[in-house]
Amino acid sequence: MKLTINGQTQDRSGTCSVATLVAEIIAAQRGVAVAVNGTVVPRSAWGRVDLADGDRIEVLTAAQGG
Amino acid sequence: MFLPENGLILGTGGANSLAALEEAVVASETTLVTVALRRVDAAGPGLLPMLDRLGVRVLPNTAGCYTSGDAVKTAQMAREAFETDLIKLEVIGDERTLLPDGVELLKAAEILVADGFTVLPYTSDDPILARRLADAGCAAVMPAGSPIGSGLGISNPHHIELIVQGVDVPVVLDAGIGTASDAALAMELGCDAVLIASAITRSDDPAAMAAAMRHAVTAGRLARAAGRIPRRFHALASTQDDGIAEW
Repeated sequence: MKLTINGQTQDRSGTCSVATLVAEIIAAQRGVAVAVNGTVVPRSAWGRVDLADGDRIEVLTAAQGG
Repeated sequence: MFLPENGLILGTGGANSLAALEEAVVASETTLVTVALRRVDAAGPGLLPMLDRLGVRVLPNTAGCYTSGDAVKTAQMAREAFETDLIKLEVIGDERTLLPDGVELLKAAEILVADGFTVLPYTSDDPILARRLADAGCAAVMPAGSPIGSGLGISNPHHIELIVQGVDVPVVLDAGIGTASDAALAMELGCDAVLIASAITRSDDPAAMAAAMRHAVTAGRLARAAGRIPRRFHALASTQDDGIAEW
């Protein structure tokens, strides 16, 4: 399946939950938020939500800013 | 109360390094600092662990948003990321001035208040818009003294005073402060706090400037409480004429 993660497309095989994807991208959990196709996925649901072909995922965290 | 007791909120944007930022946070003695939300690959590591170590609270912002929809989404992401209902709501009108888009700002504020957020909107120095934001349930209003990062100080002190008089929520002077006297003036005008980023983080010595701002905020607050003398057009002698010698 094709996923777009923070603007980069990626081809993957098999199923992949939000939790699996986040763990691959960033070690920290605190300070991380995820949206799939523009909808926020609460942290408590990361393990339950499987990604599907064509999904657009944003994985955001704290950056310096006023 | 979500505002720091010492009246100084530190914006973390503009610092050269995390180490310089850490020194500024410590010197400011603040308990509340802003952070932005960015894609993990662009954000760089270490900011949140450092702030957690210092024991300061995080005030996430919606910097970079130009529509109410984007700002609402960013706020919802921030709540998820930082486990806080606090949000510094920014909805920018254009890149050149970075001044708020009042229409989009009010719309986003109404949605976020209804969604349970503690909304601190970055607004213009328009007293009517500030009142509308307060009426919409915002927990504070944060008028710009002048454009973000400009260091021009408070361009319209009368409007800041009108905002202070016109709303029942705390007023935080946000944006435009260039140096310590600007921060003192904000407090003298009756603001409850100031939010400073660039003036500290982009100064030659951020830690020293953070300390200067802290003292300025304290001085301005004390002066406000003490009650300044009225302005007059002519002199008023402070030394009595009685008993003056005759030569």
